[in-house]
Amino acid sequence: MQIGLSRSERAFKIFALTLVGGFSLLAFFPVVYAFSASISGKIAYETGQVLITPVDTTFEVYELIYLDKGLWISFINTLFYTVFGTAWSLFMTITGAYALGKRRLLFRRTFNFLVVFTMWFSAGMVPLFLNYTSLGVDNRWGIIVAFGVQAFNIILMRSFFEAIPHEIEEAARIDGANEFQMLLSIYMPMSKAAVATIALFYATSRWNGYFWARMLLQNSTELPLQVYMRILIENFRWMFDDMPPDLAYSPDSYIFAVLIVSIIPVLIVYPYISRHFAKGVNLGGVKE
Amino acid sequence: MQDELDREQNQLFRVLQIILNDYRLYLLLLPIVIWYGLWFYKPLAGLLIAFKNFQPNLGALGSDFVGFANFETLINGAFAPQFWRAFRNTFVISLYGFIFGFPIPIILALFFSEIVNNFLRNVSQTLSYLPHFLSEVTITGLVLTMLRNSETSTGILSSLLINIGLIEETTKVVQNADYFRPMFIITGIWKEAGYSSIVFFAAIMAISPVLYEAIKVDGGNKLQEIRYVTFPGMAPTLIIMIVLRIGRMLSVGFERVILLYNANTYETADTLATFVLRIGLEGGNPAVGAAAGMFDSIIGFGLVVGANFISRQISDTSLW
Repeated sequence: MQIGLSRSERAFKIFALTLVGGFSLLAFFPVVYAFSASISGKIAYETGQVLITPVDTTFEVYELIYLDKGLWISFINTLFYTVFGTAWSLFMTITGAYALGKRRLLFRRTFNFLVVFTMWFSAGMVPLFLNYTSLGVDNRWGIIVAFGVQAFNIILMRSFFEAIPHEIEEAARIDGANEFQMLLSIYMPMSKAAVATIALFYATSRWNGYFWARMLLQNSTELPLQVYMRILIENFRWMFDDMPPDLAYSPDSYIFAVLIVSIIPVLIVYPYISRHFAKGVNLGGVKE
Repeated sequence: MQDELDREQNQLFRVLQIILNDYRLYLLLLPIVIWYGLWFYKPLAGLLIAFKNFQPNLGALGSDFVGFANFETLINGAFAPQFWRAFRNTFVISLYGFIFGFPIPIILALFFSEIVNNFLRNVSQTLSYLPHFLSEVTITGLVLTMLRNSETSTGILSSLLINIGLIEETTKVVQNADYFRPMFIITGIWKEAGYSSIVFFAAIMAISPVLYEAIKVDGGNKLQEIRYVTFPGMAPTLIIMIVLRIGRMLSVGFERVILLYNANTYETADTLATFVLRIGLEGGNPAVGAAAGMFDSIIGFGLVVGANFISRQISDTSLW
C-alpha cells in the first residue's frame, strides 16, 4: 500500500466501504429476519417488535414443522433430485464436452453449433410440455433424465479440456490408453476444479428447480421441496386470510420457518460454494 | 450417373470407417446427441402446431392445417388485447430492469475493488452473493410475506413503506398493479446484483496497476482514474454483458413473474412467457400458445443475432 493516500481518496474509500457494506448487510437481512420472525411470539411479531433479533422466543413452530410429514418427504425428494440429477447432468456434460473438444471429431463445428444454438432459441413452453408428456416425463426419473444439461456448462467444460496440453494426451496414447481411460484418468483428474464448479452449478439449479416439477409431476409423494413450499405458501395465505387461527405464533412465522428449512442446506454448503463459483464465473469469460 | 452414386457410397463408407475405427469417441458424443435430440430438437417439430387447429387426440400431424390463423388471433383477433399487453409488459419490465438493474453490479464491483481490507471485502462480497443461490420460491416467499398487509398482520416491508409514507395503510402492494414492476425489479436486484458484480470485479482486477500509478503521477483524481483507466479497462466485459442483456430482452425472469403476480396485477405483470403459460397450457389453447411462444423465440433469437452483429461492428468482441 502506498503511504500518501490523498484526503479525497480516503474519503472515497470510506464511502465505498459504507455503501457496499450496507448493500451486503441488506442483502443478507431478510434471511436473518426470517429466522428471527420464525421463532418470535405471535403478539410480538404482529405488533411489529421483531426487527433483527427474535422477541418472546418460542420454538413451537419448529415442533409443528418437525411433525409435517409432507415437508420431510419433499425434502428427501429434493435430496434425491439433487444427487442423482447432478450426477446425470455431469455425466452428459463431461462426455459431451470431451468429444466436442476433439479436433478429429467429424462435423465438429456442426455439433458445437447445435449445442450453442440451444442457448439462443427454444421451441417454447407448449411444444416442450407436449413433448415431455408424450415421452412420459411425469415421474421422478423423468425429471432427472429430461432436465439439467446446460449448453453453457458444456462449453465451459470443453474449453477446460482443450486447455490441457496436447503432449500429455499423446504420452497417454503411446502408453495404450483408449478414449475412456483418457477421459477418466487424464482429463477428469486434471480438471477437478472445473468439474467441482460445474457440479455446484448443477446442484444448485436442481435444488432450486420449481416450474417443470410442478407442471409435470403427477404423484404428490414425488414433489420436490420447492413445489411443496410454494403450495404451502399459497394455501396457508388463503387459510390465514379467511380464518386466523389462535396460536402462540403468527401464521407468518410458520411460512418463515419453512423458508428457513429450505435455506439451511444452502447455508451449510455455501462456504464451499463461494470458494468455487467465483472461479467458474470468471471461466465463463474465457473465449477461444 | 452410376459413377456419382459409387463415389457417394465410397464417401459414406469412408466416414463409417473413420467412425468405427474411433468408435469410443463417438460413443462419448452419443449421450449428448440423443439428449438434445429428444429434449430440444424434437420439440422444435412440435412448433408445427402453431400452424394447426391442434386437437390433442389427433396429434400434431393429424390436426388440420390452418396457416397463420393462430397468429392472426394473436395479432388482431380474440387474444390481441392480452397478447399486446404481454408484449408491452415484457419490453417495459426488461427496459426498467436494464436501466435500474444493470448499473448497480458495476457500481458494486467498482466499490468492492476500492476496499483494501481483504477480510472486509470477502465478507461483504460473500454476503451479497448469497441471495443468488436461494431459489425463486424462497426469495418470492420472503418478499410476499414481508409485504403482507392484511387486517391481522402487517409485514415488515409494508410497515416500512407505510411509515415513510410511500403507501397508504390499506394498500396491499402485492395485489396492486401499480407496484408490481418496482417489486419485481427490486427483488431482482436483491437476488442478482451481488452475483452479477463478480464478472465486472474480475475485469477491474485484471487492469494493470501500472496504469493507475501512471495516472496518479500525472495528477489525476479518483474520478479521472475511473473515467480514463477503469472504464476503458472493463469495456470489453461491459460490451459483452450489454449484448447478453439485449439478447435476453424477452426472457424476463419467468419463474419470478409467476411466483409474484396474480389476477389483480396482470395489467402490468403479464409477460409473453406467462401469457403462453396461461393461454396455452392452463387455458386449453395450445396452438395459440405455441404461436405466441414461437413469436417470442424468433424475436428473442433476432435480438441475440442483432446485438452480436452490433457488438462486432463497434468492437472486436463477439459471442461466437
